[in-house]
Amino acid sequence: MNQFVEAFQFIGRNGAIPGDPQLPSLLHLTLETLKVGAIGVAISLAIALPLGIWLGHIHRGSFLAINAGNLGRALPSLAVLAIGDAFLGLGLPVVELALVILAVPPIVTNAYLAIDGVDPELVDAARGMGMSELRILGRVELPLAIPLIFAGVRTASVFVISTTTIAALAGFSGSLGDVIANETSYHFSGVLGAAICVAALALAVDGALALVQRLLTPRGLRLAQSKRGYRLADAARTA
Amino acid sequence: MSPLAAAGPVIPNYRSASSSCVVHNHLFCTEWIAHNWSPILWPALRQHILLTAVAVALGFLIAAALALLAHRHGWVERPTIVLTTILYTIPSLALFELLVAPVGANVIAAEIALVSYTLLILFRNIVTGLREVPADVREAAEGMGMSRRQVLLRVELPLALPAIVAGLRIATVTIIALATIVYVVCNQGLGVPIHTALGEGPFKTELIAAGGLAILLALVADALLVGAQWLLTPWLRARSA
Repeated sequence: MNQFVEAFQFIGRNGAIPGDPQLPSLLHLTLETLKVGAIGVAISLAIALPLGIWLGHIHRGSFLAINAGNLGRALPSLAVLAIGDAFLGLGLPVVELALVILAVPPIVTNAYLAIDGVDPELVDAARGMGMSELRILGRVELPLAIPLIFAGVRTASVFVISTTTIAALAGFSGSLGDVIANETSYHFSGVLGAAICVAALALAVDGALALVQRLLTPRGLRLAQSKRGYRLADAARTA
Repeated sequence: MSPLAAAGPVIPNYRSASSSCVVHNHLFCTEWIAHNWSPILWPALRQHILLTAVAVALGFLIAAALALLAHRHGWVERPTIVLTTILYTIPSLALFELLVAPVGANVIAAEIALVSYTLLILFRNIVTGLREVPADVREAAEGMGMSRRQVLLRVELPLALPAIVAGLRIATVTIIALATIVYVVCNQGLGVPIHTALGEGPFKTELIAAGGLAILLALVADALLVGAQWLLTPWLRARSA
């Protein structure tokens, strides 16, 4: 229990270690972790959302979209960092590459399943009303798919934040992983404190995305879906 | 001493090798692989497989027991999900290091961490699989006079198999990825050569070989589980044929 008290004192001191003044502050490292993670998620969204949504809309490529999820998980991040390091040298680009490889699959899989799973009768009705394909996508399919799309984005974001700490093992500095991988300087309480910060950051990001999801979900759907939880594990099961 | 420092070089310095490919640290030196397969790469791969197999097997036993309990007594599900989600949210690197204080820097610390990451995935999939057995199928089984145990063993579990195998696939592949970090507590697995290579240059051949083996292992394990599911669910094959 004493360790926990010391860990929170470490957080309270903003990561300062008595007698070691050069160490960066905990707040700075947390923000850096958030920045590295946000870049990774942003690139992944730019790649994965259009792909997943488009494949879902044309109801093609289910094999690709669903198995991409399993393939992405199959690539150990440390291995990707190691191989990236061998080819390109370690820096932000290689770290972001590892994060993108991690984050794209769950986003593609969920976006595909979300759009593909929209009730075909609704789409037919919209088409019958004379809506263009783009309007069907924007006004019917996307709003209905928001909860499941967000489930993928939230899973990916949590993966990405905890994986930025692994980048520290490969020698990338500038994240909370610096503290976790350096017990010599920070001691057990520092490692614990930084771990608490990573977990808190992951939960905060998940919470923030949940809020965005709530704002984007149509009200009728919110009421209908309050009982039905659709998760990635369920989605993967259909593979 | 920090567990990171404890996982110091166990491999002779690559620069002592005579090959010019190794000395100049070219992208991939096949003769280094041939030379170091049996002393370095194969032991690491074998440890990696063992670490994963033990973690997934133990995790499956615990998750299955909890899931069967939750299937019988609904109230068990909620607290189990909350607890396993908390375990799942702890950053992996931190969990390994945090276990060193109570358990020591050894395989047990590694396995506790690995098992704790399988629980959420396996529990959720087993429970969901059992729950989604169609009610009329269950009623038909009960109507035929099957006992609760018979319904579970002969109807519910077989029908839940695809969901259970899906959980096993995710868990296995996740654990293979996480086992690359195990070296911080117990000098085992494919993380060891990756770590050594990062410290020496970095030494590209070893990075590519060890990283490639980890990726290959994950893909092979996933394919084996898909094959196992195919063999275990003949009725699904018949339906799609």
